[in-house]
Amino acid sequence: MTAPMAGKSAPPASAPALDVERLRADFPILQSRVHGKPLVYLDNAASSQMPRAVIERWVRYQEHEHANVHRAVHALSETATREYEAARRKAMQFINAREAREIIFTRGATESINLVMHGFGRAFIKAGDEIIVSAMEHHSNIVPWQMLCEEKGARLRVIPMNDAGELLLDEYEKLFNARTRLVALAHVSNALGTVNPVRDMIQAAHRHGVPVLLDGAQAAPHLRVDVQELDCDFYAFSGHKLCGPTGIGVLYGKVELLEKMQPYQGGGDMILNVTFEKTTYNALPYKFEAGTPPIAAAIALGAALDYLAGIGMERIAQHEQALLCYATDQLRKLKGVKLIGTARDKAAVLSFTLDGVHAHDAGTLLDWEGVAVRAGHHCAQPVMQRFGVPATVRASFVFYNTFAEADALIAGVRKVQQVFA
Amino acid sequence: MTDAGRLYQEVIMDHNKRPRNYGVLAGANRRAEGHNPLCGDHIRLSLQLENGVIHGIAFQGETCAICKASASMMTTAVKGKSVADAETLIQEFRDMATGKLDAQSQTQHLGRLNVFAGVRELPTRVKCAVLPWHTLRAAFHNEPSATTEAGEF
Repeated sequence: MTAPMAGKSAPPASAPALDVERLRADFPILQSRVHGKPLVYLDNAASSQMPRAVIERWVRYQEHEHANVHRAVHALSETATREYEAARRKAMQFINAREAREIIFTRGATESINLVMHGFGRAFIKAGDEIIVSAMEHHSNIVPWQMLCEEKGARLRVIPMNDAGELLLDEYEKLFNARTRLVALAHVSNALGTVNPVRDMIQAAHRHGVPVLLDGAQAAPHLRVDVQELDCDFYAFSGHKLCGPTGIGVLYGKVELLEKMQPYQGGGDMILNVTFEKTTYNALPYKFEAGTPPIAAAIALGAALDYLAGIGMERIAQHEQALLCYATDQLRKLKGVKLIGTARDKAAVLSFTLDGVHAHDAGTLLDWEGVAVRAGHHCAQPVMQRFGVPATVRASFVFYNTFAEADALIAGVRKVQQVFA
Repeated sequence: MTDAGRLYQEVIMDHNKRPRNYGVLAGANRRAEGHNPLCGDHIRLSLQLENGVIHGIAFQGETCAICKASASMMTTAVKGKSVADAETLIQEFRDMATGKLDAQSQTQHLGRLNVFAGVRELPTRVKCAVLPWHTLRAAFHNEPSATTEAGEF
């Protein structure tokens, strides 16, 4: 929680000039104590914490700006609508989409993927067609496609990976055939931290005329995402993993695809005209936003994106990479620790097992040291099966984590090993 | 030290390192497996039942320390007991672990098993402690498998 001590905890010389202590002061929850110890929050891949600016934006909206959007002509409704649409433009800028109507607000990355499954998959994927996913997907990018395959008689193809947790690109190329309709791929793996070479993989898919959905839930908080540069067809991410609230996420889609797609849910706001004979759907993005949206959450997400942009995604990535290098080196010095996920290109996720210690025991004992990590299968059971482990301990860092916190993790792991020695 | 801390210290220092009745029972006439899909705990019980009495019991599995210690202590507690007495222990253990039974004020037969009351401080770990007892009941009822995800525990 304090600046790293000289000597063993010193950050590498290349450490970027991110004033982490000043940033940490923006996060009320980071001042907490857990079991009498300072909180060391390393479960950011599950959900990140919220800075005061975002909390205050939420409160200001509820106290001064709340009404339903896109409906009434009164002043509050106009304010709420303006702010809600401003949040959409912030999301557009954050991932460099071309137009605001390419940004659809959802409940989170999971709903974004389900929206594509219903709107694109059910309309355009038929019996005998194939969908490619990777061996490192989160369940949220497996199960919707399995449901679709079951419904349509389509087939799921899986890109295998090597022991480092890197996708086998030659094998990927071989999966394409005339029946391939979609590639659904994690930008960054939640269980392994692998950053996939998505730009090349998208180009490969496009050579076969196949659109690509990227699950960016673990990427958007850590990397600068440019959907035009990537040329992905869909991009999904969640608000609560990048300092925003729960219950809000984004689906980006190229206009030409979104226009062709079926609505996901029916209701108010997504229509232009309704009679009992026929309904005309609304234009993008409203066609996909049935009912009153999570207005406050969207506006708070906008504030979170402003906050991250204010720091700069490049600086965030630099600091996190320095933390990853440092923590990886320290963890590798310990005996009996096995890192799961050692890809060359990684986000700041350390997934590991301890000899003779079940991940859940390690998670409980680390918690008593104030160190919050995830222990389990990380909603990626096929990844656990691939590496032959029931569960791993996962420490996931973000920009507000310090080198001292990496030291606290290492000290905690040593303590776990002592208890089980 | 917290109850959970004492639980960990006792069960880890002892039963996790030297589990009792670990292995497969020769001459077993009942078997059952238990799964906790959330954390991957997997336990296999083998029993020898004669005239309603547990003559022998052994367990094996890939589990966390809490589950292993619970299984180890369970085998020592029920060995030589009647199925009826073991059923009482199963109920009392489950009630203690889930907080329905206050071991200090209510009459019960758990004895040393009372150390598992500490697991109440770790709500996500209650299922780990209860899994072996689930599996024992499955073995009594000739059900091949038990899971912590089916119904109330």
